[in-house]
Amino acid sequence: MYRIRFHGRGGQGIKTASRILGTAFFLEGYEVQDAPRYGAERRGAPIFAYVRAANDPINERGVITQPDLVVVVDDSLVPVPAAGVLVGLGDESVLLIDSAEPPETWNRRLNVAARVIILPAASAGAEVTQAGAECAGAAARLVGVIARASLEAAVRQELADMPGAVVESTARAALSAFDSMAAEEGVITEGTLASARDYAVPDWIEMPVDDVSLSGPAVHGGATSVQVRTGLWRTMRPVIDYERCRRCNWVCGSFCPDNAISVAEDGRPIIDLDHCKGCMICVAQCPPHAIEAIPEVDAIVAERKEKSA
Amino acid sequence: MTRQLMTGNAAAAWGARLADIDYVPAFPITPQTEIIETLSRWIGEDALAARMTMFESEHSMITAAGAAAATGVRVFTATSSQGLLYGMEMLYAVAGWRAPFVLVNVSRGLAAPITLEPDHNDIMAARDSGFLQIHCATCQEVLDQMLIGYRMGEDAGVRLPVIVNLDGFYLSFTREPVDLPEKPAVDAFLPPFDPGPTRFRAGKPVSQAVAVLGGAPYSYFRYEVELAARAALNVYDEVAEAFATQFGRRHDAVEAYRCDDAEIVFVMIGSFATKAREAVDRLREAGTAAGLVRPVLLRPFPEAKLRAALRGKKAAVVVDQNISIGKGGVLHCELASALYGQKGAPGALLSFIGGLGGRDIGAEEFFEMAAVAAKAAETGETPPPRLLYTGHELREMRKLQAIAHVEHAEAGETP
Repeated sequence: MYRIRFHGRGGQGIKTASRILGTAFFLEGYEVQDAPRYGAERRGAPIFAYVRAANDPINERGVITQPDLVVVVDDSLVPVPAAGVLVGLGDESVLLIDSAEPPETWNRRLNVAARVIILPAASAGAEVTQAGAECAGAAARLVGVIARASLEAAVRQELADMPGAVVESTARAALSAFDSMAAEEGVITEGTLASARDYAVPDWIEMPVDDVSLSGPAVHGGATSVQVRTGLWRTMRPVIDYERCRRCNWVCGSFCPDNAISVAEDGRPIIDLDHCKGCMICVAQCPPHAIEAIPEVDAIVAERKEKSA
Repeated sequence: MTRQLMTGNAAAAWGARLADIDYVPAFPITPQTEIIETLSRWIGEDALAARMTMFESEHSMITAAGAAAATGVRVFTATSSQGLLYGMEMLYAVAGWRAPFVLVNVSRGLAAPITLEPDHNDIMAARDSGFLQIHCATCQEVLDQMLIGYRMGEDAGVRLPVIVNLDGFYLSFTREPVDLPEKPAVDAFLPPFDPGPTRFRAGKPVSQAVAVLGGAPYSYFRYEVELAARAALNVYDEVAEAFATQFGRRHDAVEAYRCDDAEIVFVMIGSFATKAREAVDRLREAGTAAGLVRPVLLRPFPEAKLRAALRGKKAAVVVDQNISIGKGGVLHCELASALYGQKGAPGALLSFIGGLGGRDIGAEEFFEMAAVAAKAAETGETPPPRLLYTGHELREMRKLQAIAHVEHAEAGETP
């Protein structure tokens, strides 16, 4: 059975990526199970999705804990423990990362023996939502049992409700990623089934009886949401052009659903980038069109350049 | 018939569409909402000739479902978790009206603490209401059981509403291959609802909400519901047989997987039971004669079939994805009542609680449960019920509690 897990952020097409790969397997005659797993259904929040494919009907269910392939669509997620990117990554697993950095860097940084394959990061400014489809295309080639035509048919099937131009560009992106992995065709092999002869005995415990002061599900700290840097979820960043800004203040600030825009002493609106999730409502609402949306990845690169200069 | 990848929610929506539903009272709740969103889209595209009405709560939604079903139209509705409990008063009421319709419940754990992931405490809370209950393990079953559910509930000898249950996430958002039946085949299997003389008409009003004083009339009406539910045992078998003839897929009231020569048998409901099926295959490879018994029909409770499937087994391992607080697993209790004093009942009946709030159950845990059961059968000593919970999980919990402790202290409320 093939067990493949995709990690990315809401808005990058992770669910679609798993469905493209799932449908491609299905078109090749495999039994398939695919599912997304998300908590906060928001753009930019970490999500993952998984695909199982086998010749026989699939009885396994739930999150894949022993993946044959882990696909990372957004490499900024790797160091986020809650994203669980490295869960169950064994020496035999393969890690496919959409990244600008070489495999050796990732092996060293993560201290893992798993084979790392790099899908060169999409050029700055490229359609963020195609990242998932590209990774699905690359993964399809790595398993080596999916024909190019099946991948293309899967993309078209999964994007059937989208405008024609989006379908075409996504199909091109997925197929080009598929082609780029020619040298690695078939590196992923089917994982083995669990063994009832030789298994790790679960360390079940007797649940301790705790005092209610400990065992009631309460959060005691105030304003804990401030400590959660939801700004990490952003894929697009709003940037205010203060030359154009009319200091009307209440428009962008009132519309911000996260209360992430405050007003400085001099009347300028200030965006709290630690908590702006990049919904772009301020961009849409600003009366003089003074807020621009730029890809987060470009903003980060520009910031780094500025720092090093 | 086309085979395609489909989520459990899509399969439920297709079941409703193929059943030619007339009316959908609705209220959104995760993880069910996709079902009514899908139906709403189809109604908007004229692919489905039904009327949908949004209500302000599940209480009104279930009232409307029962009222509409009483007029003789085919009704579908869906909810989950907190929503099912919010409408609980009306579950009993509409079952008492003898108004048949199908309600899909997408199982989700109950607050507090609040969660989105599945367990069966929501659906277990509805088990005494008079709704019949069908529990699905795959997306295919969701679609098929909707059709079976309508035919069983609408049967003149039954006339009760039916809950078709599927697990949130594990089925609701999971795609699997599903055979989508052709409409003419469905029409041949499921004729339009014929309420006969019980149909309510505006021109001939009757009161459904009759009041009775003195226990005797009340006992009569409630026990008639009980008898109708019991009659559904045979009706289910007939309907499932007709379904198998029409579509080639068998859905027995009790799935008995590799049970004939089994010594250790898992007993589970819902989608997690397929994990048990997988564990059975692996245990067999390792030389353990394991099997699985899965009640598909939970109300009425298929006692005779369960007794037969478990007769002569060394041990039965009941894995409850629910907990009756202060007692333990509901399925374990029900099975004990079905087996007590019966000839050939399993030597040991073990209880495990697992999968609460979507907590996964690992393959190694099934293997270990089988090992514990084999030991119990050998020694004649049944261990006390156990929660599937590991030291690793407790350490994780303790970490969170350490943070809570610091916060508590910072807030000046030193515990």
